[in-house]
Amino acid sequence: MKKLALCTLLATISLAGFSQNQGGSLTGNVESTFQYLNQDSLIGANQPASKGLLNTYMNVFYTNRGFKAGMRVESYLPRIQGYPNRFDGTGIGMRYIGYANDFIDVTLGSFYEQFGSGMALRAYEDRALGYDNMLDGVRVILRPYKGVTFKGVYGLQRFSFQGGKIVHGDGIVRGLDGEVNLNTMFKALEGKKLDVTIGGSFVSKYQEDDNDAYVLPENTGVYGGRAKLRYGKFTLDGEYVVKGQDPSTDNGYIYNYGHAALVNFGYSQKGLGIVLSAKSVDNMSYRSDRTKELTDLFINYLPAMNKTHTYNLVSSIYPYATQPTGEIAYQAEVLYTIKRGSKLGGKYGTSINANFSTAYKPLQRTGNIDPADSTGVAYESRMFDQSDSLLWRDFNINIYRKFTKKFNARLSYFNINLNNDVAKVTGDASGIIQSHIGVVELGYKINKKHSLRLEVQGMFVNDDDQGNINDKGNWATVLLEYNVSPHWFFSIMDQYNYGNPVDALKLHYAYGSFGYIKDATRITIGYGRQREGLFCVGGVCRFVPASNGLTLSLTHSF
Amino acid sequence: MKKIALLFIGFAFAFGSMAQEDHGTILDKKVASVQLKDMDGKSVNTADLGFDGPVIISFWATWCSPCKRELNTIQDVYPDWQDETGVELVAVSIDDEKTKNSVPMYVNGKGWDYLVLMDPNGDFKRAMGVNNVPHTFLLDAEGNIVYSHNNYAPGDEDELYEELLKLVAK
Repeated sequence: MKKLALCTLLATISLAGFSQNQGGSLTGNVESTFQYLNQDSLIGANQPASKGLLNTYMNVFYTNRGFKAGMRVESYLPRIQGYPNRFDGTGIGMRYIGYANDFIDVTLGSFYEQFGSGMALRAYEDRALGYDNMLDGVRVILRPYKGVTFKGVYGLQRFSFQGGKIVHGDGIVRGLDGEVNLNTMFKALEGKKLDVTIGGSFVSKYQEDDNDAYVLPENTGVYGGRAKLRYGKFTLDGEYVVKGQDPSTDNGYIYNYGHAALVNFGYSQKGLGIVLSAKSVDNMSYRSDRTKELTDLFINYLPAMNKTHTYNLVSSIYPYATQPTGEIAYQAEVLYTIKRGSKLGGKYGTSINANFSTAYKPLQRTGNIDPADSTGVAYESRMFDQSDSLLWRDFNINIYRKFTKKFNARLSYFNINLNNDVAKVTGDASGIIQSHIGVVELGYKINKKHSLRLEVQGMFVNDDDQGNINDKGNWATVLLEYNVSPHWFFSIMDQYNYGNPVDALKLHYAYGSFGYIKDATRITIGYGRQREGLFCVGGVCRFVPASNGLTLSLTHSF
Repeated sequence: MKKIALLFIGFAFAFGSMAQEDHGTILDKKVASVQLKDMDGKSVNTADLGFDGPVIISFWATWCSPCKRELNTIQDVYPDWQDETGVELVAVSIDDEKTKNSVPMYVNGKGWDYLVLMDPNGDFKRAMGVNNVPHTFLLDAEGNIVYSHNNYAPGDEDELYEELLKLVAK
């Protein structure tokens, strides 16, 4: 059947090409990563039996007058380190056909979708993480009137890629979403200072009850509403969703309802931006297979409420991943640019950015709960009702200044507290890990095409309660990057774990790389040691084992 | 494997048929059509931005340092570029829900004059074949992609500017 569909599709493309005398548009990209790894027992890096590892994928998207078709061929020969271990083979990992005009947009096959902030439904991919929970089925988007959008989705989720084939999850996912921008819809409100968008979603999953120990609900729904208001320079938006009974491995097979609430407030004018956010989540892990864990088969997405850091020591040693079973979190961030030409701002202006985020476990009240009754409800929870159990706290500030046309500098300080008992990142620590990180970044433009960038980073980890060095102790990183625009870059980085409590493990993790870029093609070669750790994108994390060896990668867009 | 072989043959046919058409219009490299929202929540179709001159589309994120370096550097020369070429820059943020709320804060805090569009689920990024950010495209007034560049190093803006001048001189 698949073969037939594809042939039909290709015939259509050919025909379209002939009859309309217009070829349509073709875009796509390819990415290939090869690793050759050595044994390095000091850092716990193993050489795979095949020595070499190769991941490749290519996307091809074709559109012609509303008609669209596309696919991705993926190849794991075998998969590179840290990728989900069940990915293997070469084959089609995504494919769809569809048609879209101003009123209707129909897709049959694979698609990615997000309702509102994603707390009810988000199908997305992150190829760097190997994360892909796309839906395979049908999606219809209708835009019946200006400012109004309805979406309907129905499908199975991608769980894995085995033997060159997509493997789906057990449960069926279906959902409806509607959104209206009132100012676009009603002429009388057009151009008014107050701008209002409202929306609502309903998502349901079906999975057979194949568990003898429980009577499980086979259909579980999530529903909710959202609103976004803008008044001049102020914005306020929020979403609230509720989940029905959904006993699962995540929540220990309890019959509680779940909720998630998200509120953001923003104010910005030229030179100043402020954002405040709050989130309350309880029992909101929502997967199309109740037995799955980690990052598998999530239907919804719960954004972690903290800044995504970019410096090596800050982003990868103590990162925070969102806690879908429950957390109450707050964040505040300010960016202020001191005017150029002023005494404090200097010739080019100076930017100051400060950010604070914190997350706590919700309070689970059990006073009115009879554990022996038959409801299976394990506790009572309320919105924004937090316990005193800290999960995460991060305060950071950075100042950036361009001193001359050639020279700029950024100074940063980070203070991070992470509860390793709950949001576990390391096996060598217990309780809360406190760390202070300082970073100096300098940029120097030698001439029109040549430039240098230097980062010096230091991480200082507090001792634990017994006065012992916590986890792996202190770290230092030096990174030097030399760029020749527009084609070349060279960089060397050394991460030094000088504070490790074990002398033999006070190791240097040195890594050198160089790259060549021509237009939309990029080739990079890297060699060296890479530390084990969590690699996170958007609060979703993947554990990457330590490695020592060569990495060669090619990306190209067309 | 057979299936893939079949597919490749199919594609070869498809390409072949297009290549035989009258010279020139084989396959356009046009900007993809995706419905995105601007920072105020207004819908914008990426294939119908409504500008009459050249357009630069730059994919970026609040967590991408080189992206911010590129857009902050161009910001300094943007008024000159606009006067000379009538160019409009569209900064497409691929921040997802985790960091999306920081986008207006960053854009206004830095005083950018660009049109900023939000691509929280990567739909436009995928449609444009972007592997990683920063990735910058230069479009002519008809929406044809005439130049694109992945990565940013100080000085890359000069090459973009030269391509822009070449486009306007045509």
